[in-house]
Amino acid sequence: MIGLIGKKIGMTQVFDDNGKVVPVSLLKVGPCQVVQRKTLADEGYDAMQIGYEDIKESKVNKALKGHFTRHKSKYYRYLKEFRLKYYRDVEEDEIFDASMFVPNELIKVTGTSKGKGFTGVMKRHNFSGFESSHGVHESFRGPGSIGQCATPAKVKKGQKLPGHTGNAKVSILNVRVIKIDTENNLLMVKGSIPGHRNSLVYLSKEL
Amino acid sequence: MDLLQVATKDQIRTDLPEFRVGDTVKVHYKIKEGSKERIQIFQGIVIQKRGSGISKSFTVRKISNGIGVERIFPLSSPLINKLEVVRYGHVRRAKLFYLRKAKGKSARVKEKKRF
Repeated sequence: MIGLIGKKIGMTQVFDDNGKVVPVSLLKVGPCQVVQRKTLADEGYDAMQIGYEDIKESKVNKALKGHFTRHKSKYYRYLKEFRLKYYRDVEEDEIFDASMFVPNELIKVTGTSKGKGFTGVMKRHNFSGFESSHGVHESFRGPGSIGQCATPAKVKKGQKLPGHTGNAKVSILNVRVIKIDTENNLLMVKGSIPGHRNSLVYLSKEL
Repeated sequence: MDLLQVATKDQIRTDLPEFRVGDTVKVHYKIKEGSKERIQIFQGIVIQKRGSGISKSFTVRKISNGIGVERIFPLSSPLINKLEVVRYGHVRRAKLFYLRKAKGKSARVKEKKRF
């Protein structure tokens, strides 16, 4: 699996070859440099670690500075590791950018979903709630019954209840690449992508 | 420039004539039937324009055999072959939804002379 780090810019639409409207998400991706190449011999597994977004030297802490200098790389704000299962032809210092993708290709996009806070079961688990009249009182959006009585005398594990929603890692598979702009490092993918504007996304494909 | 605009700039159409809400327009729209392609003309009053950039669209309303028909076109759609302004209308609203309920005299839009 090789991949890139990027940022979500927002959503818009484009027209395809048949003149139909396609909803797209615009992502700013890369360029990402391979900071460290982990190998089976040294680290016990094959992987590449890439860096994204240059930062000033003063922003880097000592531990990371040591890491960057050992691998003779620039300073980066974000680091991300991709396991290399099949494709091992990666060198340190190699730079990946939007041109690693081709139009119509299916890729994987991972992001952090928008945080929704503590939400009830209707928003969180799509429960239907209760009627707003016909004798319903005091309970309009509740979960209803959450189990039986003295037997089994406990609530089943995994019972769907209210709680914190969103702000979690979400991966979307088979996201279609619509357009690539290598000049501005932009990537257009079909449909929505988890997260707010400017949130970090990881794009990857098996190779 | 906003990156969303940069990415969609090349698809935004600027060749269509300017028209406003209330104008009567003729939309020459490409229709694909199997492998054949033909052009259908939809003529009516523009009752709404909305959106911005590539998402801009307009709604055209006409009375077809006594039944009101509305059609929404994306303004930048490559399927719009040609757009003609047949008549300029004089209206005081941005959205002419009142035309849906209006009958007879009140369902007309006054013509505006533009020079």
